[in-house]
Amino acid sequence: MSAQVAVLPGQPVAIAPDVHWVGALDPGLRQFDIILRTANGTSYNAYAVRGTDGVAVIDTVKAEFADDFFARLWACCRPDEIRAIVLNHLEPDHTGALPALLAAAPQARVYLSTAAMRMLKGIVKDGIDESRLVVVDEETRVDLGGRSLRFLYTPYLHWPDTQCTWVEEDGLLFSGDVFGCHFCDARLFNDRVGDFRFSFDYYYQHIMRPFREHVLSALDLIEPLPIRLIAPAHGPVLRDSPTRYVHRYRQMAAPLLANEAGEREKTLLVFYISAYGNTARMAQAVRDGAEGVEGVRVSLYDLVSGDSVPFVDLIEEADGLVFGSPTINGDAVKPVWELLSSLALVKVKGKFGAAFGSYGWSGEAVGMIEDRLRGLKLRVPRPGVKVKLIPTDEELDACRALGRELAEHLVGRSAPRHIDFTAPGALTA
Amino acid sequence: MPKAQVTFEDIGVTVTVPAGTRLIEVSEKVGAGLTYGCREGECGTCMMKIVSGGEHLASPSVLEDKILKENYASAGSRLACQAQVLDGHIVVRPG
Repeated sequence: MSAQVAVLPGQPVAIAPDVHWVGALDPGLRQFDIILRTANGTSYNAYAVRGTDGVAVIDTVKAEFADDFFARLWACCRPDEIRAIVLNHLEPDHTGALPALLAAAPQARVYLSTAAMRMLKGIVKDGIDESRLVVVDEETRVDLGGRSLRFLYTPYLHWPDTQCTWVEEDGLLFSGDVFGCHFCDARLFNDRVGDFRFSFDYYYQHIMRPFREHVLSALDLIEPLPIRLIAPAHGPVLRDSPTRYVHRYRQMAAPLLANEAGEREKTLLVFYISAYGNTARMAQAVRDGAEGVEGVRVSLYDLVSGDSVPFVDLIEEADGLVFGSPTINGDAVKPVWELLSSLALVKVKGKFGAAFGSYGWSGEAVGMIEDRLRGLKLRVPRPGVKVKLIPTDEELDACRALGRELAEHLVGRSAPRHIDFTAPGALTA
Repeated sequence: MPKAQVTFEDIGVTVTVPAGTRLIEVSEKVGAGLTYGCREGECGTCMMKIVSGGEHLASPSVLEDKILKENYASAGSRLACQAQVLDGHIVVRPG
């Protein structure tokens, strides 16, 4: 076995004086959380932090790996020494061993965020003595004797409950999933393991990117800290130049595309696909209507010849999105759904959206796209335009009006409207 | 029929609705930017800001109050899935 291997069966790994990695390796994993692939497994990182007055356990592991976790944990402390159990993140890959740990260390108190408190009952199904739970904030300090734990409020990285734990005396940041990656290497430390740069970036792009604003807020809290080591919940322990990974997050959280529109311009993207040219003509009319509004830059894209990956980057930076699709067999067409289903990777909440399309006999596509846009938390302030087969001049005018009105929303110049919902059945229609 | 008016400030739309209507019943119909998660007053996703007219909403239930506190809601925040309009004119925006 290589002398560089840090992780041995049943043995904890010292990452700092009296601080141990007590996690588990899962080298066989190839797919994580359905949405992520990994070429060489992952690790579930948990840690034991010892002070003169007791031990804190930070996170646990996936349930199937509980034996590995407890073997390592009991090799570095007794159950009755555990004073604190810190839950940086409640996802099952970090809380699988929690019920058994709670039972093994009944004196330990559990430190968690407000949002985690609400989720906990879904994790510990047998219930938990609420007097053991401590909801933390920025003022909370857990004194272990000689070293203490503090907590950074870093929600939505990548669940509402997520937080980081900071040991000021040693410059240790237990960052949860932040700065983590799915990369399994028994050499454990970033200066020993194989090249994990791709895994690190891939993890950010798929897990953290939809929460970019929260990443930036978290970085504002993390960057001023005098960090000596970052101990994430997955992947290598970052002891060599740990702030390099903080900087990398700052880089990745910047927009991928330079802003080509002026600072004060809004951008509207019109995506369409057309079987017989009718939806295409509608798309051009939507674009023409929008272009008449000063301060809005409009782009038109035919989805039949486009790859959705670069479109996702464009959409992340855009202010408004319009989708045009014919209705085929009662549905919008696949390229539209492919693009719409790719948007979970980026934040689209609050953008303006609309839909249009030509149809033969039923025309469900427009309503289905609008529902999807609402589901993605876009604002859909104008009803879409549906046209039976070939659009007339009046129907193309309606498309131009849709484009114009949506563009006016983007620049805050939409005319106030009033809608009366007091007629019987109006609210349920 | 007792009525109330609600203005969704982010899209410039005002609706007239019967008294007793919950904002969730109408905000999605007009495409406002209020977003929902559980729709049952538990997750706090639909927290919104009452710009004016908060007195024209029914008082928050014990459940709504609890969720607002847990989410560190600022004064004038309500859950759109819970808040019921009574009368008058209320102006809201996503928050």
